[in-house]
Amino acid sequence: MSALTPEQVRSIAHLARLSIEAEEEARYAKTLTNILDFVAALERVDVTGVTAMAHPLDQPQRRRPDQATEPDVRAQAQANAPKVEAGLYLVPKVIE
Amino acid sequence: MTSDLHTRTIAELGALLDAGSCSSVELTTHFLQRIEAHGNTLNAFITVTPERALAAAKAADARRALLNKSGEKAGPLLGVPFVHKDIFCTDGVRTTCGSKMLENFVPPYDATVVERLGQAGMVMLAKANMDEFAMGSSNETSYFGPVKNPWDITKVPGGSSGGSAAAVAARLAPLATGTDTGGSIRQPAALTNLTGFKPTYGAVSRHGIIAFASSLDQAGTLTQSAEDAALVLQAMVGFDPRDSTSVDRKVPDYRAALATGIKGLRIGVPPEFFDKGLDRRVAQCVHDALDEFSRQGAMVVDVHLPNLAQSVPVYYVVAPAECSSNLARYDGVRFGHRCKDPKDLTDLYMRSRGEGFGAEVKRRIMTGTYVLSAGYYDAYYLKAQKVRQLIADDFRKAFERVDVILGPTTPTPAFGLGEKTDDPVTMYLNDIYTIGVNLAGLPAMSLPMGFVDGLPVGMQLIGGYFSEDRLLGVAHGYQQATDWHRRMPGAFA
Repeated sequence: MSALTPEQVRSIAHLARLSIEAEEEARYAKTLTNILDFVAALERVDVTGVTAMAHPLDQPQRRRPDQATEPDVRAQAQANAPKVEAGLYLVPKVIE
Repeated sequence: MTSDLHTRTIAELGALLDAGSCSSVELTTHFLQRIEAHGNTLNAFITVTPERALAAAKAADARRALLNKSGEKAGPLLGVPFVHKDIFCTDGVRTTCGSKMLENFVPPYDATVVERLGQAGMVMLAKANMDEFAMGSSNETSYFGPVKNPWDITKVPGGSSGGSAAAVAARLAPLATGTDTGGSIRQPAALTNLTGFKPTYGAVSRHGIIAFASSLDQAGTLTQSAEDAALVLQAMVGFDPRDSTSVDRKVPDYRAALATGIKGLRIGVPPEFFDKGLDRRVAQCVHDALDEFSRQGAMVVDVHLPNLAQSVPVYYVVAPAECSSNLARYDGVRFGHRCKDPKDLTDLYMRSRGEGFGAEVKRRIMTGTYVLSAGYYDAYYLKAQKVRQLIADDFRKAFERVDVILGPTTPTPAFGLGEKTDDPVTMYLNDIYTIGVNLAGLPAMSLPMGFVDGLPVGMQLIGGYFSEDRLLGVAHGYQQATDWHRRMPGAFA
């Protein structure tokens, strides 16, 4: 494939919600291009009639009764949050 | 008590504890002293937990005393110290996954593996260093710095379970847990002369293991011997309703399976494992090992894995795709790193993630985002999942004719620190022999088989689904006749 441009790298990084420094863009463009060139080998494999793998053991998703099984660890979980108030996670204002 | 306790296997330590020749507190103190003396040289640990370990050791000794009083026999792991890879959530002990993102994360619960080994009475000494979010083959992507190989501290220990491997190889613990998404147990085991076991996908619960690529991740062990792996896997393997991919299946008696032996074993040796990238001296070690298996009555059978060469490209589509969705949870809101003074929500997400993740993790997230993005999904992800099915089919066909497949674990012995960090693709190719196993969900192990330039190299044994017992028996048979696995690095004797 043709090499990714710094603009494409910025766009992918934005989709992934990753800030990257301007001076890193060229390096990411180069290494991501190398990786995509490398995986392009898959283009040459004939997969006519092959069903894509959905599960390594070909197992369906297991079901369980709709009952609460886990204890309430909200306080311990929120102890890891950067900012909480009155049991709520705080973020910058979303609605003006 | 003798000072060579650290050289003993879990089976030997269990016998000493049973005989009352040493206590768990003595053992734990001995290993904590070794960690104090050598841990920093190797940078093998992220967090050491001495108080917690000594408390657990005291509890183990008390439990043993009670059992003795009532005439019951203690389990083989009671009071035996070990380390967890820092990817397993430990209630009240920070769990970083090798990342700045989780530098201060303290899980509110134990992973199922942590719970099970705790119930067996094992004593956790420390949390082992690892590649960031298990993404790496050299332990050089850790936010906490690279781990050194005890056999030569200018070399990498392999990755991503590099701290686990260094810890057991240097005899700072008789066991380390690991996880294996593309070779992260087997490759470091090979590069540090250990027995590394990755069970069948679904055999060990993934609950509480920080997710990287959920269709590939599986937990296992790094030990000195197959016998030790059997003892620990007995406690680790088993159904867990909290993991939706956990398989509900009777767990065999792994210790009893050790006696199965090698006579009549059909070993498949695929030529695809002996490609031009393989160091000829490593190939020679594999042939020497095959001679040993033949002497013990095994037959070598030609099998082919024609799509194996595609496994690395398939992996570098599937694993980054799953990583990009799994790592979307690190948003700087609920836990993990948050940037200073975000101006709005998008800025909060982007800078928290940009600052919290290292370069390799960002590269994989971006690769995954790209291959899943509109217009590319069919060409990359769907195509890769089809080729993945072809690879699994190759293995299935091979296992109609053989009991195990054997080859090298890695193309070369350990490489130098910094040697492969410039080009990700060169680094990725290091896992060329191990990745196919994860794509197919099979069990596999690496075991010591010799040395090249003074550095250990490993052979890989692959089995059919849920043939852990057979693999352990084969490996144990080999280790009864050889002593490669008993060798330890001189600097840490």
